Amino acid sequence: MERRRFINFFFGGSFLATLAAFLYPVIRYVLPPKQAEAVQKKVAAAKMGDLAPNTAKIFKFGSVPAILVNTQEGQLLAFSAVCTHLTCTVNYEAATGTLFCPCHNGRFDMAGNVISGPPPRPIETYIVEVVGEDIFVSKKA
Amino acid sequence: MTKKIFSIAVFSALSLLPLAAFAQKNSCLDCHSGLEAELKAPAMSFAQDIHQQFGLTCKDCHGGNPAQASEDKAKDKTFKGAPKRTQIPEFCASCHSDAAYMRTFNPRLRVDQFSQYETSKHGQLLKKGDAKVAVCTDCHGVHGIQTAKFPKSATFPWNIPQTCGRCHADADYMKPYGISTDQLTKYKDSVHAHALFEKKDMSAPTCNSCHGNHGAFPPEVKSIGSVCRQCHPSTGELFAKSPHKKAFDDMGQSECEACHGNHKIERPTTAMLGTTDKAVCVQCHDKGSKGYQAAGELKTLLDGFDARIQKEGATLVLAEKKGVEVSEPAYRLQEVNTVLVSAKNLVHGLALDEIRKKLAEGEQTLADVGKASAAALDEAKFRRKGLIIATFFLALFGLALFLKIRSMRKPA
Amino acid sequence: MKKIGQNLFTYVDERFKLQGLFDFAKHKKVPEHEDSFWYYFGGIALFLSGIQVATGIMLLLYYTPSIEAAHESIQFIMSQVKFGWLIRSVHSWTANILIGILFVHMFSTFFLKAYRKPRELTWITGFFLLILFMAFGFSGYLLPWNELSYFATRVGTDIAGSLPFIGKWLKGFILGGTSVSQATLSRFFWFHVALLPLAAFTVIVIHVLLVQILGMSVPLRLKDKKVKEISFFPDFIYKDALGWTLILVLVGVVCVFLPWEVGKKADPFAATPLGIKPEWYFTFMFTTLKLIPSHVLFIEGEQLAILAFMAGGIFWMLAPFLDRKAARERPSPVFTWIGIIVLLYIVVMTVVTYTVPKL
Repeated sequence: MERRRFINFFFGGSFLATLAAFLYPVIRYVLPPKQAEAVQKKVAAAKMGDLAPNTAKIFKFGSVPAILVNTQEGQLLAFSAVCTHLTCTVNYEAATGTLFCPCHNGRFDMAGNVISGPPPRPIETYIVEVVGEDIFVSKKA
Repeated sequence: MTKKIFSIAVFSALSLLPLAAFAQKNSCLDCHSGLEAELKAPAMSFAQDIHQQFGLTCKDCHGGNPAQASEDKAKDKTFKGAPKRTQIPEFCASCHSDAAYMRTFNPRLRVDQFSQYETSKHGQLLKKGDAKVAVCTDCHGVHGIQTAKFPKSATFPWNIPQTCGRCHADADYMKPYGISTDQLTKYKDSVHAHALFEKKDMSAPTCNSCHGNHGAFPPEVKSIGSVCRQCHPSTGELFAKSPHKKAFDDMGQSECEACHGNHKIERPTTAMLGTTDKAVCVQCHDKGSKGYQAAGELKTLLDGFDARIQKEGATLVLAEKKGVEVSEPAYRLQEVNTVLVSAKNLVHGLALDEIRKKLAEGEQTLADVGKASAAALDEAKFRRKGLIIATFFLALFGLALFLKIRSMRKPA
Repeated sequence: MKKIGQNLFTYVDERFKLQGLFDFAKHKKVPEHEDSFWYYFGGIALFLSGIQVATGIMLLLYYTPSIEAAHESIQFIMSQVKFGWLIRSVHSWTANILIGILFVHMFSTFFLKAYRKPRELTWITGFFLLILFMAFGFSGYLLPWNELSYFATRVGTDIAGSLPFIGKWLKGFILGGTSVSQATLSRFFWFHVALLPLAAFTVIVIHVLLVQILGMSVPLRLKDKKVKEISFFPDFIYKDALGWTLILVLVGVVCVFLPWEVGKKADPFAATPLGIKPEWYFTFMFTTLKLIPSHVLFIEGEQLAILAFMAGGIFWMLAPFLDRKAARERPSPVFTWIGIIVLLYIVVMTVVTYTVPKL
């Protein structure tokens, strides 16, 4: 009888322990994660008014940096910020109105074409959409 | 069956149509099409020629009167025939140096090829009567001339090394000139050739990018730096500000070439720096000198930073192999790499403080990545630990089930 | 403590009449003999289906069925959500293990001739379940919207499209258009989380009900011998649970050491990568289609193969009615041989797919 009780106790105990080992991941999974949403193909890069004319902002686009430019004329343009030479991150140079790579002075125009320096290829351009106050950037499909 | 024969007939008739169109008013083609070998060749290959595409015909270069059927009449006094090899540049230049005439075909086409050619080594030797040197046709072809924009033309970027190499890599041919013939093989090992051939990057420099095309000439010690600056301006700027500038000028050393070589410019690494035998610094800086010490410091600085990037990168790869998602820190590590690449370029300015300042910009991110990669490894460990715990409980439960099953069986 | 439990049970029992069910389970007997090992695969399949439902429901919490966000949401589950990697890996791995178990379950039933009268309907519902679970696999494979699944779906639906008469229509129906697009993803999502679960649940209920009503089949060669029996509850259930425990350990180990990959996001404009393959359980059919000559006599090889597979499937489904001998409780070696040939064909073709390079 003692043995039987022991087995029952052991059975119930190990069952509960296993259940707990399974419920723990489930509960953690259901709790909201730190970053609330998945990064999408279309990214909210900035809000209207974030960018003064002739300034730019680097943002994360999927797993690569991208750059949103508000030109002197107030036109919104977006590019991949990865230089086609040695994958450095490019910046917007307000004085010349061009994209400029600090590593080897590569320069791109606002159509993404190489103006000067070592970059072999134009930089990728993205589509900019304004929805209400949000500026969305997406890849050209 | 008859249908098939008919379609073949129609097809061949159509393919002969261009020739037929010529034949009606071009007695040159009439005759030459019927001739043999090299007298037939012009008639055949001219169909692909860029001049043909612009509506030019035989007589526009060779003169004569193609409207006449008989050979005597066709070869009237305007007939020039084939120019001698030494006369070819002038022959082509009669049109190509005529800005007003060239404008009618392509207003953007340059018209200084001939004057450039006269200043080139080829042109100079030709003037002295050396007929072995390159003339227009050696690179551009004769009756099948294509623009440099056509991928199959000998003057298209990735065909140029072979085009120049046809003479310059031929030891027998080059013997009288006493210059080396290893440029092509050396170039093929260079980072530029790698970009051109492997990455199919057409903006990569080939022979003519540094030597010029029509005015081809070896760049002199003084001008090498300017040649490289065409694509590497920031590097040149940094160099001009560095103490090397004056020292190189005083010694009569060429700028970039002294360290990077010429035809075989390899992908630069920090192995070029420092005080080992492979380092370029020790060519001038003797042991114990200030430059020698700085060379060592430069290398330690960059290699140290690079090693840390490599280490974090390797940790991330390891964590990824163990199944942990690390795209975020991998993305951040890319930023640090930007800093390193910039710092490596700053080496040309020789200002150690500038380099230190640059590297410091990446410190924070590198530290963050370090934390993230350590966390990723911890996560992998945590998963294994979790598995062990869960498996342990499962094993206990399995054992309990087993005991249950056994104890059930007994009374029965 | 015990008293509270009893009172609670009485309360529930008075309303739900549970006692009958318990009595049934207690009195139900399961034969035990040297082949009864195979009885457990059905239970394992049922258990794994349960895991699929549970993990599937959890994945729905973060998954977004749109071509802009599907891949990103899976990436998000794998990297940002706590234990997301575990839930998704369990779902993907279990799906594959489940199909494997279903094949084992099916072939063991076939070789033991357990489909014979009166269990024809159990066999047929089982056959439908295999088809449904393969459809689960096919539709679920596309949902992460990665390169491999995208192109595998393109190839798979092209095959459906080459069927005579209904091909074009069928392809259009599966794709929801002319190519693999957002419409396809929506459709596959709909199949995977709404239509197929409903269908599978219904068929599983019928299948399990039939098993409960008819009991386990005893192999032909034992029919005149006295076979030992154990009670369904709790003995058989405990043994079942032991099998589940073992399979759980297996799933845990593979998920921790080989988390299911996310892959590269699908790019409809990219060139089809080399050596694109469907999931392993489709490869025997896929490889047949690749190996068959383009023309056999007067019809296209591919169409012939598809028709042959369909005819084979119908034959397989109707085996209980065609196997007259087994229906009369007599040995039927012909069907055993047919089973061996089918099994060998599937194994050889699957092995060929993964071992012969450049197929």
